[in-house]
Amino acid sequence: MSKTSNINRVDGFAKVTGAATYSAEYKTAGVVYACLVGSTIAKGRIKSIDTKKAEWAPGVLSVITHLNVDKPAGYKDAKDPHNFGQPLQIFKDDSIVYYDQPIALVIADTFERMQYAASLIKAEYIKEEHQTDLNKAKDKERKVDTKKGDDYHRGVVDGYKNAAIVLEEDYTIPTEVHNPMELANIIAKWDGNKPTLYTKSQGVEGTRRSIGKVFGIAPEDVSVNSEYLGGAFGMGLHTWPYEIAALIGSKKLGKPVKLVLHREQMFTNVGYRPYTIQKIGLGATKEGKIVGLTHEAVAQTSSYEDFMEGTVNMSRFLYNCENVTTRYRIVPIDICTPIWMRGPGEATGSFALESAMDELAYKLNMDPIEFRKLNYAEKDQEQNKPWSSKYLLECYEGGMERIGWENRKNEPGAVREGEWLVGYGMGTGTFGCYRSPTSVKAKLLANGNLVLQCSVNDMGPGTATMMTAIGAEVTGVSSDNVIIEMGKSGLPKGPTQGGSATTSSVGSAVNDSCQLLVKKVIDLALLNPVFKNSKAADVSFVDGNVISNKDTAKRISLVSLFEANKLQELEVENQSKADEEAKKYSIYSYSVHFVKVLVNPKLGKIRLAHVVSCADIGTVISQKTSAGQMFGGAVGGIGMGLMEVLEIDHRFGRPINNNFADYHVPVNADIEKQEVFFVNKKDPISNPMGTKGLGETALVGMAPAIANAVFNATGKRVRDLPITLDKIIETAKV
Amino acid sequence: MKNFQIIKALSANSAVTSLSKEADAKFIAGGTNLVDLMKKNITAPDKLVDINGLDLKKIEFLKGKTVIGALAKNSDVASDKEIKEHFPLLSLALAAGASQQIRNMATVGGNMLQRTRCSYFYNTDMPCNKRVPKSGCGAIGGSNRMSAVFGASESCIAVHPSDMCVALAALDAVVTVEGPKGSRKIDFKDFHRLPGNTPEKDTVLDPKELITSVEIPENNFAKNSHYLKIRDRTSYAFALVSVAAALDLKGKKINDVRLAMGGVAHKPWRLTEAEKFLKGKEVSETVFKQAADLAMKEAVGYGDNNFKLTLGKNAIAEALTIAASK
Repeated sequence: MSKTSNINRVDGFAKVTGAATYSAEYKTAGVVYACLVGSTIAKGRIKSIDTKKAEWAPGVLSVITHLNVDKPAGYKDAKDPHNFGQPLQIFKDDSIVYYDQPIALVIADTFERMQYAASLIKAEYIKEEHQTDLNKAKDKERKVDTKKGDDYHRGVVDGYKNAAIVLEEDYTIPTEVHNPMELANIIAKWDGNKPTLYTKSQGVEGTRRSIGKVFGIAPEDVSVNSEYLGGAFGMGLHTWPYEIAALIGSKKLGKPVKLVLHREQMFTNVGYRPYTIQKIGLGATKEGKIVGLTHEAVAQTSSYEDFMEGTVNMSRFLYNCENVTTRYRIVPIDICTPIWMRGPGEATGSFALESAMDELAYKLNMDPIEFRKLNYAEKDQEQNKPWSSKYLLECYEGGMERIGWENRKNEPGAVREGEWLVGYGMGTGTFGCYRSPTSVKAKLLANGNLVLQCSVNDMGPGTATMMTAIGAEVTGVSSDNVIIEMGKSGLPKGPTQGGSATTSSVGSAVNDSCQLLVKKVIDLALLNPVFKNSKAADVSFVDGNVISNKDTAKRISLVSLFEANKLQELEVENQSKADEEAKKYSIYSYSVHFVKVLVNPKLGKIRLAHVVSCADIGTVISQKTSAGQMFGGAVGGIGMGLMEVLEIDHRFGRPINNNFADYHVPVNADIEKQEVFFVNKKDPISNPMGTKGLGETALVGMAPAIANAVFNATGKRVRDLPITLDKIIETAKV
Repeated sequence: MKNFQIIKALSANSAVTSLSKEADAKFIAGGTNLVDLMKKNITAPDKLVDINGLDLKKIEFLKGKTVIGALAKNSDVASDKEIKEHFPLLSLALAAGASQQIRNMATVGGNMLQRTRCSYFYNTDMPCNKRVPKSGCGAIGGSNRMSAVFGASESCIAVHPSDMCVALAALDAVVTVEGPKGSRKIDFKDFHRLPGNTPEKDTVLDPKELITSVEIPENNFAKNSHYLKIRDRTSYAFALVSVAAALDLKGKKINDVRLAMGGVAHKPWRLTEAEKFLKGKEVSETVFKQAADLAMKEAVGYGDNNFKLTLGKNAIAEALTIAASK
């Protein structure tokens, strides 16, 4: 373990004391307040919209609708389907394609007056028949028209059907919403034709590109500041209509406009995890060798954009199997477009695959872990490549030991603690390790501080802490003396934060820039008479001094070095990217979640008595923030397993539990004991640090672990999430 | 939220007088429910009469009864030593409600007037006879997992959301109110009403009347009582079903018993038939199950909430078992 791996979260103090500035908190002179008024129907056209009362209300500066909007230049060529779906082109015309779609922007001098004026806007509609129920729109089911949308086959198509032991089951997950604590928010302003946005974004550069396209300006002319995020979970991966609206309003008034979505709008306007029905066909020999696996998914998307995620992907490589088929279909319905939600498709897919694995283990009368070990994949059959590293077996062992797997009996309901039925279950998660080109500037100042700059965001995983740890490790500068500048345009370009790729991308760039910086310091020192006749290999940079390896009395401090060369600072800006060697390997992270549940079958109560999450994520850069991520991801998976569901009343096409009282996420009291454990072994291929990524896989596999534990306790197999108590107690006939 | 006026009342009498002068005025105490409703535009009073300054916070232990002021905070009552000793059922029910932060603000009087959490009531784009009379009931034929199984009508199947009130109903509490025509007392069992054709009215309280206190008669239930709340998560969730069970035991014999349920009706639901059945019997699993069956005999599900029929039975038997074993 490196000496920097146990540092505290560097922005922790600022966050808990309120010193951290979130987008809507930036002090902006002359700022005015805006909100969006939403459609009350799910599909149709706006017949008329009465804005008079609102316009005459005290303090109102402007009311913008499709009737009076100055359409941004980019509305003309709407080619890019992802960024130019109709609703992103807010106020483009009178059409309504989902409930709560913004129909008006109200801007006033104070927050209260803006809110009141918004309540006065009334619209009339020409309603069209909507469909928000995927199950009733299956006739519209189709493939996504990209290469990724194609079916995958290896060996015999649907080969599972020929096996001795066959399992065929459907698994359903409902729509879930990201809903981070910090609401979606923006302050937008213009300086001539150049906009500045303080907004909730997971990718500064991505936001610059989308905004540039919409307004027909160069991305370089768009300034984006998203320094702190109060969570995002994927909703910040898209530029949303509200951001365009604030920019339109600001441009019209020539004033900075602040717009913060209402909590209700967070359920309707900024994406979600799509409702997905999956079918697993799994076939094995009587001895338990898997011979065929088919994984199909049918998922919702909007009527105006295609969205797909990696729901079926892990079935292609997680277990050794010759005959694999995967299919992915979308069904457009009248709700806004989904967006990746933590874990994304892999979390959805793992519920089906890992539940089915448990079910087949029961059919074979095998321990579910023995069954998995028997089908362990020694190489990646999908890509026909070796694994870069794989410590999945260590995750199984670590979890079994901590949860007390030896107390589990395969027969459901066989273990009791007093009145409670005891069940043990586990589920495997995995996620690919990605790395994108990233630039980092590393600067050494005369006072010994190390400044690291990158436009990447930190939505909460601890990116700044990771950068600090790596920078301190490489340069020897104390972590207390590392200054991070991030989350802003104008800094060296970083990646979008998503897909667990940040440490691999940004961490590598920090590593490389810092190594080059140390080299620069040493090269400079070698010119000094102290190190006459020394070579780079003869000296080290330690605690702000260049020191001879042989004779530690021979040294020169950074301060003297800077003075001698009349320097204020020494800097390196470098772009790092994956090397060719990495392409020869398949690089994946793994997590295995273990759950011990206590179930009261009469009351349907499920207690999480003990939760253990083990992960192989390569090297652990920061113990504390990694553990924090794993705890949080596991809790997200618990929400998915036990309580999260966005309920839609399909008669109206509207959500009915669009608030935190009715949309449940776990509370502390729901989880009685929780542990995390990392294998912490370096991956030799992935990147210079040997990390593999954590944020997504932390959630993947938890929901099936719970479902499997509930089955082990009660003999009830729940294949539609969430596992609410009504699915556990017997339902009376009426 | 529209602009409104707020005035501070100096006495119960002046509070009632100032409210009665306005067509659209409301009392405000903790505000934990009213402010939500105002923010959502479900209610939009022109004037609020702030009663927090009134001397109605005391808990008095008198001969034969305990009187709790309407402005006593939920958290204060829940943690009061003597309430815990004499009326543990009330303390347990209060502690099961909402979150610590809300309990610190919410008052006993306000809790009684808490409005339903039915999703259709809260979502102003949905039909709801309780929010907008004659607009229809969204929950019938819609999502009704939380809805009533007792005493509902064609116009409303919403449930009363309070935990505290379930305990007060079980304990035969009496509400004292003050209005323009003076003060009066209302038996707790009559305080909340069934929806019928006028679900917009939750209680029999006249809009001009102010709750000043609630009194609980002395009882012998302190030893064997329990409040069991079944919900979708361990804290900060409304009851799917809750049961207040109180037993007065002489050895194994049930001298007296009170049973009330929450999350099942438009009001806290007293299970009088089951109480009658249990009186005089000896404590046993069979007897508790029989009482539970009897209690749920008339229950009717609306689809999503059918599970409450089984859950209700099991919860009643469980609450009685726990109460008896204390």
